[in-house]
Amino acid sequence: MTTLLYDGSFDGLFTAIFEVFEYRYKDVEIVSRERFHQENIFAEIHEVITQNEKTERVLNKLEKNIGKSGIHELLKVYLSEDSELEQLILSAVKQSIQHPTENILQNYADNDMLKISKICKSVSRERHRMTAFVRFEKMQDDVFFAKIDPDFNVLPLIRKHFKNRYQDQKWMIYDLRRNYGILYDLENCDFFYPDEKLDLNKYQQKFHDEETQYQTLWQRYFTKTNIVERKNLKLHIQHVPRRYWKYLTEKN
Amino acid sequence: MNFDRLKEKLEILADAAKYDVSCSSSGGSRKNKKGALGDSSASGICHTYTEDGRCVSLLKILLTNHCIYDCAYCVSRSSNDIKRAGFTVDEVVDLTINFYRRNYIEGLFLSSGIFKNADTTMERLVRVAKKLRLEENFNGYIHLKSIPGASDELMQEAALYADRLSINIEIPTESGLKLLAPEKNRQDMLNPMKYIQNGIAQYKDEKKIFRKVPKFAPAGQSTQMIVGATNENDLQIIKVADHFYKNFNLKRVYYSGYVPVLEDKRLPSLTTAVPMLRENRLYQSDWLMRFYGFKAEEILDPNMPFLDLEVDPKLSWALRHLHQFPINLQTADYQMILRIPGIGVKTAQKIVSARRFQVLTIEHLKKLGAAVNRAKYFIDFTAGNIHLRHLTDINLRKLLIGGSTSKFQNQFSQQLTLF
Repeated sequence: MTTLLYDGSFDGLFTAIFEVFEYRYKDVEIVSRERFHQENIFAEIHEVITQNEKTERVLNKLEKNIGKSGIHELLKVYLSEDSELEQLILSAVKQSIQHPTENILQNYADNDMLKISKICKSVSRERHRMTAFVRFEKMQDDVFFAKIDPDFNVLPLIRKHFKNRYQDQKWMIYDLRRNYGILYDLENCDFFYPDEKLDLNKYQQKFHDEETQYQTLWQRYFTKTNIVERKNLKLHIQHVPRRYWKYLTEKN
Repeated sequence: MNFDRLKEKLEILADAAKYDVSCSSSGGSRKNKKGALGDSSASGICHTYTEDGRCVSLLKILLTNHCIYDCAYCVSRSSNDIKRAGFTVDEVVDLTINFYRRNYIEGLFLSSGIFKNADTTMERLVRVAKKLRLEENFNGYIHLKSIPGASDELMQEAALYADRLSINIEIPTESGLKLLAPEKNRQDMLNPMKYIQNGIAQYKDEKKIFRKVPKFAPAGQSTQMIVGATNENDLQIIKVADHFYKNFNLKRVYYSGYVPVLEDKRLPSLTTAVPMLRENRLYQSDWLMRFYGFKAEEILDPNMPFLDLEVDPKLSWALRHLHQFPINLQTADYQMILRIPGIGVKTAQKIVSARRFQVLTIEHLKKLGAAVNRAKYFIDFTAGNIHLRHLTDINLRKLLIGGSTSKFQNQFSQQLTLF
């Protein structure tokens, strides 16, 4: 058994996968350094140093076999932060090399591929919800600020959506759980990684004068557009799970 | 801006617009121009859901609830004693933009009571859309409710600025409409619809020749009818929907179970329950027609004019066509797999993908997301299927009903006690 330790990045993971083939390892596990606890004392440790050209070679080969959309699915598995993500992606790459003419990800009868498809579905669902449930609040400095706390790391998947949508206003989306965000300043739209946790209380006190007015209007609209005779809370909660409520203006 | 007054108007005019079923923001794509606001994609986004479980993707309001008509089923009817209000064009524009900027909505759904006459009202609706597009550079979604009887010129302009247009045909049958809305007539509704349909066809032709043609109602048209206010049957309703899909190329037909809000001897009494289950079955039938390749005549026929409330329309069809089953998953074509009860579009696609790699079993089917408790009676696996012995059983229907729980169970409990 060989344990490959990588730096936790997407590129690092694919470098590690390259080396599995390079060194012809049979029995391997790939673990990110952050999550590594040595349990299997007989395992041999192999430290992976991220190398872009190795990553590129795997990705190029994969793109030929499973297409851009296939790689996008593997990216979603990576962003899911699932404990099995390395093993699943490795399994997909191995199978794809074995069957280069088929899109192996569509073999839903295989357990690993089915798991990948399920993870992709969950990640996509949350990605979609984050395009829906982000609520911007206008600040005194004219920045529209939103905080999120998704189960999966979907911020990289929604950047383009918001970038296309809001080009004439400054905005920021901040992931509270992972402590990073996206900032658009009318010119650039980049990720930022603050050294310290954002002090929300301090930030929230600086609402733009009209902000609470529009929040009230939205809350009143939300109440009034409901048909009381058709009340169906079960359905409501199915669509808007409770864990999102604390960030939804209409629910507060 | 006077926020208190605006809030009061919003409360009145959102409340009055809530019976319009459509809130969809799908079907139109409008790319953002450099530096402007808004971008809509074909799939649309529901930004929240009301407590009745319906999606909110648009700011759905009336421009005004003043109305010269007196339609029996409508809360805004002229003889109803309610608070009246009206937005200015600027107020609607301001609300739309500010809600959109905060990511509350995908755009605007604007309808209106009819004040003065059809054209005056329509002109005002068009002005809102025009201002949003031309002055605010807004590329979000706009759905305008066309006013029956509006002139071709106004419809032309509306289609240039809105993504979707719709006219509610209100009541499925003409006789029903005569009874409940004597001042309205079907032809006034169909003419603008026909005009837009021709315009869309013409746009598509021109688009083949010229690269830049101004968008013309890119998300198409929809309509809506009230179910259960008059005594039409489901067969009539499905036929009407089918007619609109085929002859008017409508994107959607919506069904709205009548919510009794007014006392009127022509209408069901105020204590009548909203026909939620019937509405649900109609939507299921609508899906069968649009995504599953079913024809209207296959879903219902004159001998069976109402949808089965105990089982969904696809299962009901299967039970009436047992001779077409069992279906072999390995060899059957996609269209036939779609007809197996308990298998939806996604699962059917996955089956067709996965069977290229290996022979499928009932365990695979479960994992692919099929409702196996229903599907298992209708499928022949290569390795055989013990459940098939029930296929010819006269009790298959009972077996199926017993094997599933419905969210509407309490609604047909009355019927079940008969047995």
